[in-house]
Parts: sequence; structure tokens; C-alpha cells
Amino acid sequence: MHIHAYEKLWLALSIVLILALIGTVTYGAVGPGVAMVADSQSTVDPGALDEDDRFSEPRVEQVGENEYEAYVVAYQFGFEPTPIVVPANSTVTLHVTSRDVIHGFEVAGTSANAMAVPGEVSEITVETDEPTEYGIVCNEYCGAGHHVMEGKLNVVSQSEFENRGGDSE
Amino acid sequence: MSTAIESEPTFVDKFPDEARVVRAAFMSSFFALLLGAIFGIIQTLHRTDVARIIPSTDYYTVLTAHGVFMVISFTIFFLVGLFTWALTRSLDRPLLNIKITWTWYGLMAAGMTLTGISILAGFVDSIDMSADVLYTFYAPLQAHPLFYAGLTVFIVGTWIAGADWFRTFLAWRREHPDERIPLQTFMVLTTMTMWYIASSAVAASVLLFLLPWSLGFIDQVNPTLTRTLFWFFGHPVVYFWLMPAYMLWYTVLPKIAGGRLFSDPLARVVFVLFVLLSTPVGIHHQYLDPGIAEGFKFISMTNTMFLLLPSLLTAFTVVASVEYGARKNGGTGLLGWLTNLPWRKPEFTGMMLAGLMFAAGGFSGMVNAGMNINYLIHNTLWVPGHFHLTVGTAVALTMMAGTYWIWPQISNKPIFSSQIGLFQVVLWFIGMALMSNAMHAQGLLGVPRRTAEPEYSGFDYPTMFGGFEELNIQIAIGGTLLFVSTVLFLGNLVLTMGNPTVSGLAEPLPSPVSGAEDAPQVLDNLRLWVGIALTLVVLAYALPIAAIINRGGLLGPGVGTYPVWAAPLFDALTNAATPLLGAITDASGALVEVIR
Repeated sequence: MHIHAYEKLWLALSIVLILALIGTVTYGAVGPGVAMVADSQSTVDPGALDEDDRFSEPRVEQVGENEYEAYVVAYQFGFEPTPIVVPANSTVTLHVTSRDVIHGFEVAGTSANAMAVPGEVSEITVETDEPTEYGIVCNEYCGAGHHVMEGKLNVVSQSEFENRGGDSE
Repeated sequence: MSTAIESEPTFVDKFPDEARVVRAAFMSSFFALLLGAIFGIIQTLHRTDVARIIPSTDYYTVLTAHGVFMVISFTIFFLVGLFTWALTRSLDRPLLNIKITWTWYGLMAAGMTLTGISILAGFVDSIDMSADVLYTFYAPLQAHPLFYAGLTVFIVGTWIAGADWFRTFLAWRREHPDERIPLQTFMVLTTMTMWYIASSAVAASVLLFLLPWSLGFIDQVNPTLTRTLFWFFGHPVVYFWLMPAYMLWYTVLPKIAGGRLFSDPLARVVFVLFVLLSTPVGIHHQYLDPGIAEGFKFISMTNTMFLLLPSLLTAFTVVASVEYGARKNGGTGLLGWLTNLPWRKPEFTGMMLAGLMFAAGGFSGMVNAGMNINYLIHNTLWVPGHFHLTVGTAVALTMMAGTYWIWPQISNKPIFSSQIGLFQVVLWFIGMALMSNAMHAQGLLGVPRRTAEPEYSGFDYPTMFGGFEELNIQIAIGGTLLFVSTVLFLGNLVLTMGNPTVSGLAEPLPSPVSGAEDAPQVLDNLRLWVGIALTLVVLAYALPIAAIINRGGLLGPGVGTYPVWAAPLFDALTNAATPLLGAITDASGALVEVIR
């Protein structure tokens, strides 16, 4: 098969580009440690969240020095708890599930983004910095009221967080 | 070369029965384009809050209709028309049995009509039917059974179409045992091979789970499983839309440019790569899904990146073929040859602009495929921004431009106005440049896709690349230009149909510079490619699907049923919603308590 010299060059450059793109993702995973939403959490019965240790009481709790866990339930058409209040300059692991249909959980304008699937639990870890208020949107169509489904993520100062008693509700 | 050009027969002269099928398929395609465009403009103006003529709860009916009519009906009806033309033309023999051909056309038309009815009934409150599940129909949102049944009939129609083409090819093979498969036929057969593999999963999802569930035979389904089966089909289907455009770029565009295809062997390599790689990648739509291990996502990501290869090769070959034509017609210089091209022909300019936008779509696609930066844009308006460049322009604009060239071949009627055609394709390009660019930008602000009212009460979007409002205006203007462009295209075509038939319109396709004789025989060994493709699919999907079933069960972990065809309840809920949302939480799905 005859391949033009320029075409061979183009082919070589294309393969370099592809390998470089795969390389960036690999680097992101093993270098800075960007973790994907995966199968790290066990499944949950979406009809019996009330009886589940993780989701019977959607909340934010402290699990270590500057480390927090948040348990969030998405439903038609909102998020619980709302607002989700977390302290500044901390590490927060969010666990998100759905009580009914598939929803999205997106902290608008950030890469904190996950699907909320009934029966499964998405786990994402974020680092907060200065106190700010973020909007949370459902970014997967979930029914006729989809557009009213929103939440808040409030990053507050350490002292303000402690004055709240550490819990968001 | 023929000495009697004037007496050269067109496609319709040689194959009048097949030409009738091609015209019927194109008419169905363009009818869907008209409906899709109407819903498109309603949706654009609603979303951007320029004009909200429907209640926001009906927005999702509009969105379902726009998606299904555009990407299932418009694209696939065009594909079956184009492939019927291409196979018959390149084999130079009629289809085996035209009754079978009309049968599959009839099935596809009937199936799409049923699905269309189930969607459009969502606008009429007195009919207890709707299918506001969008193009992806993720369970546990549930459509009326007619929606799933219609899709099944439509897909069965496409399967019979593929069988019709394969049987005709085998008949040709018996008559020509030693010849290479003609290039266009090769493209048809490889694309259909991919389609059989891909659509088997969505057929399984619909027939085993969704249809029985919507009929009440089973109580629940596993949402992750049906979603995974959808994306098993949902990514290769984008190449099913794209392959007709590739066929036109490879075999028709060089002719219009005044030249010939650069390389037949590499065109075959590209189509083989699509057979191999387009299916084992679907999990890249599920990077953010829980319940699927990171390793499976990584495999899918790697395959996806390698899928760039056939498109990068295509970019080279198509540009080289066009340059060949320009230089043959006196073009010189590094870029000076660009002026020796038929820019006044809408079929040429349309396809070139489509190719240019496809390059931009390719780059935003690389971002989507990047497993980590995908988190920034997943399910934001970036994603529709991306696919309006690919399916919405590379495919749709090439199909419209191709129509300007092919319609005279299948009807003996010259196009009514090339000027309107040229204006129309350029208008599409401008409209899409505005709309798609602003959609990408809004996506980066975090504006979600698929929502009737992207403005929220609790927060404002940050400002970059212009604010949210300003980008909305760009989207609305762009969408309006696209609607006008579609109307001009359809109007031009209707006026073309009123033209008298003439003779002498034939435009035979030239043979490639480097012909099939240069291509290794192994490329034509379809059995081999099917074998490798299936192996890759098993490697990419067997373990994830087993794991999903193992985690959630074949019929799901106790997930409920949420028919979207009980709209009034949701309306009541929405009206009551915002102030009461906090109070709903303990009610565990009892909507009645909410209203109290």
C-alpha cells in the first residue's frame, strides 16, 4: 500500500497527539491524584434511605482534623441538606445518592460534578479554600420540575462553622 | 472517458425504482428536519428567556421531540437513502427485491410515526400519553410503551435495510468473484456492521427491560444497567450519523472540487477503524457514574482517544483530495490554490464549512474524552455546544450540501437556486458559530444542559467570556439564523421539485488517485474485522456489565417507577415546589402530603 510521505508524517503526529492526551489523563490520576467517581461505595436501597447509616440523616460531619464528610440526597426536585455548609480550607468528601430518578450534582462553575443514581453512591473529594457561596444545580433531566431543582454549598469560616455546632441542619 | 457526455445517464435514468426509494427516504428525513427545526427554535428562545410561549414543564416535550426527530429520524432516514444510492451506484446493479426495500422503508416510517405520536401527545393534556424522557430515555423515568415500541420497529427496519444491502452485495459478488469491493459499497457494509453490533445493546435494553417495564410486566429496572446499554449504542450511533457525511467527503467532495480522491486504501482503513473502535468506548459518557470502576473508565478513555485517529486521517485525505482538484485546475502556491475552488457551489462550500466546524468539534470532543477535565463540563451546556458542531453541523450541513449535488442525480431536476443554497449554507455556519461558541462558554460557567430555565434563584453565574445574559443573546441569535437557514433549505428543495425534468445532469464519480488495487486484500475481509470488533466489545463491556448486574441486580436495587406521562401531578408539585422543598424530605415520595 502506497502512503504519501506527508501522510506518514501526519499519521505519526496524530499518534503522538493521542498518546499525549492519554498521558495527560494518566498523569492526572497518578500525579496530582485526581480520583474518578467509581465503585468505592457500596450500594444502597433507594426506597429505604431512612434506614441507611449514611443517608438516614443527610448531613455534614467532621471525621478528622480539617476533614469532613457530607451525605447528600437528591430527589425530585431538590437536594438535602440545603444549604450544605462546610468550613473553609478543609477537605470535604461528598457522598451523593438519589431517592428516586437519576439526577446530577454539580457545584456550578467548578469541577465538583457527579451523577446521582438511585441505588448507587457517588463519592467525590474537594478542597475548599476561602469562604464563598456556590450554587448547586441538577444537571441531568429528572422530570417536569427539573429546572427548579437547585441547592447551595456555603463555604464558611472555621469559626462560623463551629458556632453552628458543626452540623448543617 | 466517455465521448458522449450529454447522453450519460443519471442515477434515476439507470435505476428508477431505487431512485424512488432514495427520494422517499430523503423526504422523510427532511420532514423530520422541519419538525426538529421548529422545536429547536422554540427551545432556543425559551431557554434563553427571549420568548417563552410554552409552560416550562412542556419544554421537555419540545426537547425530546427536537432530539429524537433530529438525531434518529433526520439523520438515519438520510443515511438509508444515501446508502441505497451509493450501494446501487457503486455495484452498478439494482437491489435484489425492491419490495423488501419498500418493506424496510415502511417499517422505519411506521416506527418513527408511533414514537413521534407518543412524544407529541405530551402537548395534549386530554391524551393520557407522553414520552418526556428525552433522547436518552434514562430509567427510572418512564415513557409511554408506544415510544419504546416505535423505536423498536424503526430499528428493525434499519436491520432489514442492512440485510437488503448485504444480500445485494453477495449477489454482485457471485457475478464478480475477483473484483475488489467498490469503495462506496465497502463504506455501506462496514457502517452497517458497526450498526448491528451497536444497536443490539439498545434493542436488548428496550426489549428485555424498558418495554416490559412500561407495560407493567416487571416492576423495576436497574438504572445503571439500562443506562450502560444505552451508551453501548449511544456512542457508535454518532458514527452512524457521521459515516454518511464521511462517504460524501470521500467520494463526492473531491469530484465537486474538480479532482479525485487521494487514496482509496486509506479510506478503507478509516472505515475499518470505525468498525473496530466506535463501540468499546461508550463508558466515556459515564465517567461521572457511580458503580463503575475507574479501570473500566480508563479503558474506555484510551479507546476513545484512538478513535481520533480515523478522523485525523480523514482530515488529511479530504484536504489533500480537494487540493489535488484545485492544483489540477491551475491552483498554485502554498495556499493560493484555495482560490481555484468552486466556492460558489453550495454543495462545495457547505461541505467545506461542515468539515471546518468538525475540526472545532473534534477539539471540544478531546476535552469531553479527557477523563479528568470532563468533570468541569459534564452535563453542562458545553456538551450540546460540542455535538451541534459534530452532528449538528459536520453531519447536518454536509447532508444539506450533499442534497444540492445528489438531488438532480436522483430526480433529473436541477436545483432551483444555487444562490439561495450558497446563502443558506453560509448562514448555517454563521448561526452555528454564534450558538455553539456561546454554548461552550456557558458550559464553562457551569450552566447545565437540558433545562427549561437555566437561571436560578439562589446564585448567579460567574462572568467570563461575557456574562450569562450576553451569551444567551448569542445563543438566541444563532438559533434563529439556523432556523432561517433550515427554512431556506427546505423551501429551495420544494421549489426544485417543481422544476421540469431535464437531461444531461449526470455527474459520474471519478476513480481515486491511488485506487483499490493499492489496498491490501485483508482490508476487504469483513469477517476478520467483525471478529476483532466483537472481541474488543467483549473486553470493554463484559466485566463492567457483569459488575453492574452483580451490584444492583438484573432488575435494579429497589428503584421505583416514575412515569412522565402523569404530567398534572408534576405541574402541581412544581407550582408548590420552591418554598416547600425543604418540607418534602421526610415524605418519601408521597406527593399528596406535599400539597398539604
